[in-house]
Amino acid sequence: MADSMQEQFEKWKRETLAKSTARMPERPERTVTASGRDVDTLYVPKDMQDGAARETYLTQIGFPGEYPFTRGVQPAMYRSRFWTMRQYAGFADAEETNQRYRFLLENGQTGLSVAFDLPTQIGYDSDHALSSGEVGKVGVAIDTLADMEVLFDSIPLDKVSTSMTINAPAAVLLAMYVAVGAKQGVPPEKLTGTIQNDVLKEYIARGTYIFPPAPSLRLITNIFAYASKHLPRFNTISVSGYHIREAGSTATQEVSFTLADGIAYVEAARSAGLDIDKFAPRISFFFGAMTDVLEEVAKFRAARRLWARIMRERFGAKDPRSCMLRFHTQTCGFTLTAQQVDNNVVRVALQALAAVLGGTQSLHTNSRDEALALPTEEAVQVALRTQQVIAHESGVGHTVDPLAGSYYIEQLTDEIEAEARTYIKRIDEMGGMVSAIEQHYPQSEIEQSSYRYQQEIERGERVIVGVNRYATDEEVQPETLAISQEAVRRQIDRLGKARSERDGAAVTRALDALETGARGEDNLMPLIVDAVQAYASVGEICDRLRKVFGEYEESGV
Amino acid sequence: MSTNTPKRILIGKVGLDGHDRGAKFLVRALRNAGYEVIYTGIRRTPEQIVRTAIDEDVDVIGLSLLSGAHNELFARVAQLIEEEQAEDIIMFAGGTIPDKDIPHLKSLGFRQVFTPGASLSEILSALKEELGGGE
Repeated sequence: MADSMQEQFEKWKRETLAKSTARMPERPERTVTASGRDVDTLYVPKDMQDGAARETYLTQIGFPGEYPFTRGVQPAMYRSRFWTMRQYAGFADAEETNQRYRFLLENGQTGLSVAFDLPTQIGYDSDHALSSGEVGKVGVAIDTLADMEVLFDSIPLDKVSTSMTINAPAAVLLAMYVAVGAKQGVPPEKLTGTIQNDVLKEYIARGTYIFPPAPSLRLITNIFAYASKHLPRFNTISVSGYHIREAGSTATQEVSFTLADGIAYVEAARSAGLDIDKFAPRISFFFGAMTDVLEEVAKFRAARRLWARIMRERFGAKDPRSCMLRFHTQTCGFTLTAQQVDNNVVRVALQALAAVLGGTQSLHTNSRDEALALPTEEAVQVALRTQQVIAHESGVGHTVDPLAGSYYIEQLTDEIEAEARTYIKRIDEMGGMVSAIEQHYPQSEIEQSSYRYQQEIERGERVIVGVNRYATDEEVQPETLAISQEAVRRQIDRLGKARSERDGAAVTRALDALETGARGEDNLMPLIVDAVQAYASVGEICDRLRKVFGEYEESGV
Repeated sequence: MSTNTPKRILIGKVGLDGHDRGAKFLVRALRNAGYEVIYTGIRRTPEQIVRTAIDEDVDVIGLSLLSGAHNELFARVAQLIEEEQAEDIIMFAGGTIPDKDIPHLKSLGFRQVFTPGASLSEILSALKEELGGGE
């Protein structure tokens, strides 16, 4: 006969929670309601007498910080530390972006998140013909280490964690980050942060791929292997559902395709001979948050539970950290409207609330003007303040997983998990995610959902306030951010200067060594580190790899 | 022109931008409305777009771009269309385009510029008007 719920709860407090609070004490603020009532860290169905019901609770929901982590990956969640407030930012050149970062840090942001421009993300230098018009537009342009040094000027990399949205050339930007750390006197083992490094979702939904799947997976596993030795605190991948959702998927599809991508990475790393418990604890995730608060909360909980089970049941992971789905959330940009832009502040607040109630580890809140352009400083400040109000004023962080036990939430959590299992089974039957992508399966599933959703809006069955209902004629657009041509010129000048000042022979040697390495089977990370330190550019490095690996081409529709 | 011949539309994603949710929706919706639609896929150059438009003998080009590079890249498409003397092709544009950029794009020959929140019915009626009757 299992212990009573009260006994299980006490055991959790004694063992799991106490261990965690010893390492990460509670925040000093009082955790009381608006009326002064003390709030406990966790609430459980203490009086549950029925043995079968108790068993279901323990296997399906359980306790935070314990397998299957339905209620959260840490025992005390936001009682010990709020989520990291991490605004995705980057535009123009390294100088202007460095100023925005300092502004955000001064305003209480707790981590950085680098947005790179499209040429950087696709491995073209700023002076490449295909970069024309795109330099500095959706993010910061980075060509060589010289740019990266400016980007993090006066930002101590041992104190700030940095997330970098970089995929196909992730190895190159990671190598640059390590090099900047070294220049600041911060050794690699002290660096914390995340590289997105998730190429499969680029084929499915986001589009910044360079190489075909096989060499892409090799680069990813090379990073896993290198980081497990040198960068123990760095998240080597952020398996991303956000873009899948933004492309129009449902919540279930977002969970399914993201976890199926995760499975593909784990399988690739295992085939490369890596031990699961060496790399799996550094796998992180990234999801979107829509305005449907309760479905989103259930989605996050379902994803957490399903990943834990996949890791243990399918891959035999032993380390509990390998089973923890830690995730970043961004509020869904798709939901922002160009009409009545202030309404977006409210949408973002609801979406952010969903992420927090779902137990996110870090959060980006979109700015109200982002349906029009990159956000202005003022709009970004409101977005950051939205997170701060949720953290400090709403009280939802006082207790862990406050919506657990809701009939609706628990049933939705179960349903999303079961539906995602069905999708994953189907993908397994197709030969895994790479093969499913080649057969256009996730893409066409997403397209169908997206089409249905948009049709509902067109027909007025789905109301978008200010767009298909309550529309007004005001429509004076707010001032938006424009990227100056001067910044683009400055960037191209800095690239020219870096090229003229570096040791050309050393660059050629490093690039030749990389090309030779790419033809063989060695880990490419050390060779990329050498090339970056010689001030070889992102474009030059990627060109050598293109030469060996070829390029991926999207098939038509 | 015979009313039995459906009008042909090229939906083109120019530049490096991968945001194709809107483009793919339009492709499908326009097909359902009776048009013949050719979709370029993402990451096409202005040269590729214009070449396909001419080879496929389309009546309309609809460009989609959400990266903010519209002023440069749409201008390049318009310039190539002029160089190829293919000005009979009607050009539409869409994407995250601030209001202040619209007059410039119209001066380049884009008959319509659709911004976020534009509805399918607006796009269909603009097409109908431009193509004289539609399908």
